Amino acid sequence: MTRRGRYGKYGGQYVSETLMGALIDLESAYAQAATDPEFARVLAGYQAEYAGRETPLTFCPNASDKLGCKIYLKREDLVHGGSHKLNNTLGQALLAKQMGKKRLIAETGAGQHGVATAIVGAALGMPVDVYMGEVDTQRQALNVFRMELMGARVIPVRSGTRTLKDAINEALRDWVANVRDTYYLIGSVVGPHPYPLIVRNFQSIIGREAREQIMRKEGRLPDAVVACVGGGSNAIGIFYPFLADDVELIGVEAGGEGIETGRHSATLCAGDAGVLHGTLSYLLQDEHGQVLPTHSISAGLDYPGVGPEHAMLRDSRRVTYAAVNDPEVLDAFRFLSKTEGIIPALESAHAVAYVMENAERFDKDDIVIINLSGRGDKDVSEVAAMKGLS
Amino acid sequence: MGRIEKVFAEGKNPAFIGFTVAGDPDKTTCIRIARALIAGGTDILELGIPFSDPVADGPAIQKADERALGAGTTPSSVFEIVREIRKESDVPIVFLTYYNIVYRRGIDRFYREAHDAGVDGILIADMPVEESGEACNAAQRYCIDPVFLISQTTSDTRIGTIAAEARGYLYLVAVLGVTGVRNQVSEGAIDLLERVRRHTSLPLAIGFGISTPLQAQTCIRAGADGIIVGSALVEIVERNLNNPAAMEQELKDYVSAMKNAIVMSHPV
Ligand SMILES: Cc1ncc(COP(=O)(O)O)c(C=O)c1O
Repeated sequence: MTRRGRYGKYGGQYVSETLMGALIDLESAYAQAATDPEFARVLAGYQAEYAGRETPLTFCPNASDKLGCKIYLKREDLVHGGSHKLNNTLGQALLAKQMGKKRLIAETGAGQHGVATAIVGAALGMPVDVYMGEVDTQRQALNVFRMELMGARVIPVRSGTRTLKDAINEALRDWVANVRDTYYLIGSVVGPHPYPLIVRNFQSIIGREAREQIMRKEGRLPDAVVACVGGGSNAIGIFYPFLADDVELIGVEAGGEGIETGRHSATLCAGDAGVLHGTLSYLLQDEHGQVLPTHSISAGLDYPGVGPEHAMLRDSRRVTYAAVNDPEVLDAFRFLSKTEGIIPALESAHAVAYVMENAERFDKDDIVIINLSGRGDKDVSEVAAMKGLS
Repeated sequence: MGRIEKVFAEGKNPAFIGFTVAGDPDKTTCIRIARALIAGGTDILELGIPFSDPVADGPAIQKADERALGAGTTPSSVFEIVREIRKESDVPIVFLTYYNIVYRRGIDRFYREAHDAGVDGILIADMPVEESGEACNAAQRYCIDPVFLISQTTSDTRIGTIAAEARGYLYLVAVLGVTGVRNQVSEGAIDLLERVRRHTSLPLAIGFGISTPLQAQTCIRAGADGIIVGSALVEIVERNLNNPAAMEQELKDYVSAMKNAIVMSHPV
């Protein structure tokens, strides 16, 4: 990273003046926390005793057999709440508390980040308001109930496309109005600096553990690490500690109904440079700079932007970005459930689908780590309604 | 002297600055709206270039953006609207938009085309002074005033930095929050006027939430050089979508009333 939260030419702080003071405060509060051993100790305590870290790196004999390479899953589905999102919300909520903020707000797509924010709100005694696109409140109804059960208020967003993008718009509008005592707990490596940095650092625990675990189990680094990319937090979390290694890193975006149909969310595969939600990154937009509606079977990937660090890693080709389509994702959802008894989140199933589609690229002894960013319980009723279970 | 500078020149009355979304509800009606605002006494016309994700705006302007985009508004058609207005009026025109609209067209190209069409100033709502280097250079190349927001959360140091880059006027944000009509002018807004005045001799225009003559007078008495009204005008447009003639009359009457209040409250 170079000046003011830049990743190459990407990143920055494209927000209205009212928020600049809050971002400057956040930057200095985080800089302080990042070097504070007491902050690290408290966070590690919550990670071990509350979140259930470290998560296993599970070898999958049946899937390995079928796909012809050694498949390991990094089990973020086993983190309390059911996804990697708690790694970030624990860190940021402790930061918010330290900054003296009284209230947390968040956006959510699949509901997993909303759930993870509701969890920390309850655990740390802070009120939580979660903005969620109306479309998503319907397709992820279970998570709405979970959030409310834990005391969060879920505010359905009816503007724009009524999905994740618009939930972020509403959260930003709330934040502008209540910036003095409200902390905006953003759920991915998106938004203005310093959010992409903070979220990446809190999520990097995934990659640090995975690297150590694979060295313990196999005595060597993996050949490839594969993760799905919505905003990009689980992906950068597992990639980051491998960036300097000779390991292939693959980010999998939502191809939806196919990139050629225009109904997808494959920002890095099909977008180009633009500014949304405070950051310069890749963006799905029309020729005039209007943001395009997106589509994905998984609410958590249904977003026209992506974290700025991924934009840099795409341009430098350090990470390969690919897209898989909805039908293959459903196949992967069923495949992992049947072969290993592990139901993946539809988001995570994108990473599994990539390995299934590209199995011939890997040899028998190749080690492939898939980041299983979340569990699929939240998706079961929706998949059943699509008659996609059998 | 530039058109904006003339509005705020020595001995002039405080300014009424009226905002409407370019292309709302369509190109032809928007030009009629601009005419009505000018006829009512608007001193500076602010034109919003609609964006799909206007995070600084409340529901009224969001809906106006949607109407304008639905009618096919693009930066090119907004430039045409400016050229049409320029044929009949010398009123200063200031664009309000979001960074991606400008970035997508190419920053240099956008400012050049804006200048050629007759635009006097540009404010980019999601461009803080830290990110404004390229835009300010382009603004200078094409003699366009870069207008910046200052908010109640802006520190004294930042006010200095912003005032050093800004030209034309400073846009003081009267509320913590997005655009939209509010009941009262907050004490924070009055404090802000006094605080910014200590740092700069640039004209200070205040907006966000202001809709009544009384609110305008309060701000003028506290030292504002201009009053910016957006959502209240956009709501008049929305209420009269089926009756353009009534829309024009109501806009004109509203602006005259506001302008009167402003002039009357001006300490001589
Ligand atoms: C399980 C799971 N994985 C992945 C994502 C996508 O987010 P990110 O790309 O930030 O990891 C989500 C978002 O809701 C999710 O719930």
